[in-house]
Amino acid sequence: MKPQILTANRLRDGIVVFFTRDGGWSERIDDSWVSDDEASRAELVAAGERAVAAGTVVGPYLIDAAVSGGHIRADRLRERIRAAGPTAGSEQTLKYV
Amino acid sequence: MYRYDEFDAAFVHQRVEQFRDQVARRLNGSLSEDEFRPLRLMNGLYLQLHAYMLRVAIPYGTLSSRQLRALAEIARRYDKGYGHFTTRQNIQFNWPALADIPDILLALANVEMHAIQTSGNCIRNVTADAFAGAAADEIEDPRVTCEIIRQWSTLHPEFSFLPRKFKIAVTGAPTDRAAVAVHDIGLKIVRNDAGEVGFEVAVGGGQGRTPMIAKVVRSFLPRRYLLSYLEAVLRVYNQLGRRDNLYKARIKILVHEVGTETLTQMIEDEWALIKDGPVELPAGEQERIGRYFAPPPFANLPAEAPGYEAERRRNEAFAAWTRTNVEAHWQQGYAIVTLSLKPAGGVPGDATAEQMDAIADLADRYSFSEIRVSHHQNLILAHVPRADLPDLWRALVALGLATANIGRVSDIIACPGLDFCSLANARSIPVAQRLSERFRDLDRAHDIGELRLNISGCINACGHHHVGHIGILGVDKKGEEFYQITLGGSSAEDAALGALVGPAFAADQVVDAVETIIETYRTHRRNGERFLDTYRRVGLAPFKESLYATA
Amino acid sequence: MPLLKSGSLVDDPWISLADGEPLPAQGAIIVSLKRWRDERADLIARTNGLGVCLAAADPAAAVAADLPLLALIALEFPTFRDGRAYSTARLLRERFGFKGELRAVGNVLRDQLLFMHRCGFDAFEVKDAAAVDEWKQAMSEISVFYQTAADSRATAIQLRQQRRSQS
Repeated sequence: MKPQILTANRLRDGIVVFFTRDGGWSERIDDSWVSDDEASRAELVAAGERAVAAGTVVGPYLIDAAVSGGHIRADRLRERIRAAGPTAGSEQTLKYV
Repeated sequence: MYRYDEFDAAFVHQRVEQFRDQVARRLNGSLSEDEFRPLRLMNGLYLQLHAYMLRVAIPYGTLSSRQLRALAEIARRYDKGYGHFTTRQNIQFNWPALADIPDILLALANVEMHAIQTSGNCIRNVTADAFAGAAADEIEDPRVTCEIIRQWSTLHPEFSFLPRKFKIAVTGAPTDRAAVAVHDIGLKIVRNDAGEVGFEVAVGGGQGRTPMIAKVVRSFLPRRYLLSYLEAVLRVYNQLGRRDNLYKARIKILVHEVGTETLTQMIEDEWALIKDGPVELPAGEQERIGRYFAPPPFANLPAEAPGYEAERRRNEAFAAWTRTNVEAHWQQGYAIVTLSLKPAGGVPGDATAEQMDAIADLADRYSFSEIRVSHHQNLILAHVPRADLPDLWRALVALGLATANIGRVSDIIACPGLDFCSLANARSIPVAQRLSERFRDLDRAHDIGELRLNISGCINACGHHHVGHIGILGVDKKGEEFYQITLGGSSAEDAALGALVGPAFAADQVVDAVETIIETYRTHRRNGERFLDTYRRVGLAPFKESLYATA
Repeated sequence: MPLLKSGSLVDDPWISLADGEPLPAQGAIIVSLKRWRDERADLIARTNGLGVCLAAADPAAAVAADLPLLALIALEFPTFRDGRAYSTARLLRERFGFKGELRAVGNVLRDQLLFMHRCGFDAFEVKDAAAVDEWKQAMSEISVFYQTAADSRATAIQLRQQRRSQS
């Protein structure tokens, strides 16, 4: 089964977070709990629903990812940018100060 | 510029407290995200790719230095030290926390600003010519009209749940710097044969996946009927605009489906029943608002400014800047100066808090404490004495705001794209950065001449690609970023939609493709004609051939 | 469904009849526009109150000529995003002079009550009893209005004019 991880935005500040092995949420994609079977997939979905109900996160969803060398890489470019931050933007702007 | 009286001030502060309560209800769990979303959107708050994004209204693109300093302070205190000026003359903050939004809105209210109706299916922030009140060719300052519309449309009880968003732009000059032809309603201030001032009203322009040029529904609307006529247009749209399909809900589709003549008749019929009714402005109100936009106390300056002329002769960099970034002012001895937010390799429209503070200081010193935001994502000091231009230029150079590229190839409009936007399919900013690096040689840029290059990261067309002389649209092809190129668009008084030149280019080919297009233009141009005029004369064929012949 | 009227919850004396449901002998009833058109004579013959419910797509003009016969008009909001009934309400009040009860039904949210009230609604089918407090807050949290509508609230322009004439 294709590995997936659970991501969302934190309610309070909107920052991108990933659901972790220990049942929390981390800003680092590498901390994600990787699901590759039906049972853990269902657990992830349930964890997302609980976090929404508890007011921790907004809009949780599963994304396809691959694990290699201890790092997790999202399949889609959109998700890689979400995980790593803008590829262009603030740094370039602040450079011109 | 307009100043709040006690009614306006009470209103924005009430609105802050209302939203403070809504945010508290969201954070304590009594509002779900589904219930909260429309409320936050009505206050300009999105949830984007990485974080919340707050879009602050800058009515008709006019800011005081005090307001710009407040925006700088918000950027520093609640965001990452910068803001992004948009094609709707607004500013966006990309990283605010939800819990801080009520305090940000309070900081805005304290300087007579808000984020109301910068999102949602309502009448959005009304935009205007960024040279309003300064342009040499102006019939009347469009901001008076804009302010009247702003007040009338604010929390309009009938028009806050339209089929889709609704954008109005106003130009007071025959040269269209407000892109009125691609707005839901475009108002052009005109004079009739009797010399009276009124509006030419066009309806149903827009971009997005079905771009359309607005159709004129009334060639002359006497000024006193502004609000009744707008109310008639909005009422027809609110009742008949499509609500079954998000992508067919804009008024342009209604115009297209029922036909301009029929729609015009519907508007006229509705208008006949409400004109001269309570919606019209009472006597004196237009004049009251107009007084806020009276010209600043200009000095009686000579037409010639010897220091300025001497600097032009001895300093080629300064002279080049005056050719692109300085425009004629109607008042003798003054000039309109555009501050470029498009440095080579920069992010179009971004300004740091430090730049904003410094610009506010420069506005205080040189331009009656007033700043404009253009829909091209640059900032403008509208009333600068020509004699002060050398000093101002030196200050702008030190701030990285003096790139002499206004209206040139590197003066790129770009949406935030996939780096920030949750709707995007491809990145816009890195393409803009690479293009502005490729064309960083200003001699070359000036040889190319006037060129509007616009980039959107998806079909929603926030980067106005349809109306770029060269338009670039990012698309997703099986997970890879590709870019379609259109040619021949314009958002000015010769408004046109660009035509697709051919198959899309991969991300690493698109900059070369643009260069090929520009070189093809240089080969074909006659007598110094603009890119757009060469394209209109020769058509797509030579560009297709040079782009795809060898492929 | 609780009914909010004049700022409090009231018992709803009206019965909403589905098309095809037999007419009760007694009691005020609300019928669809279709039924009103199909069974007009029978409905007029009843002496109890009569109301018509307009769907979002039904224009005000569909009942404009019948207003003297109607004590109530209900306007439906199929979702809160569908704002057509705001225009219908204003037209019924301002253009056609309807004086009876104008009731908002369907997806009626607390944060839209003020807009609805300004457009001429005076009765609201709401989710629950909490609506009374929400109503009070919704009516009081904004006190400045920038445009004329179907209500009697003074606009900012009118207040400015008053102030000028007093000074």
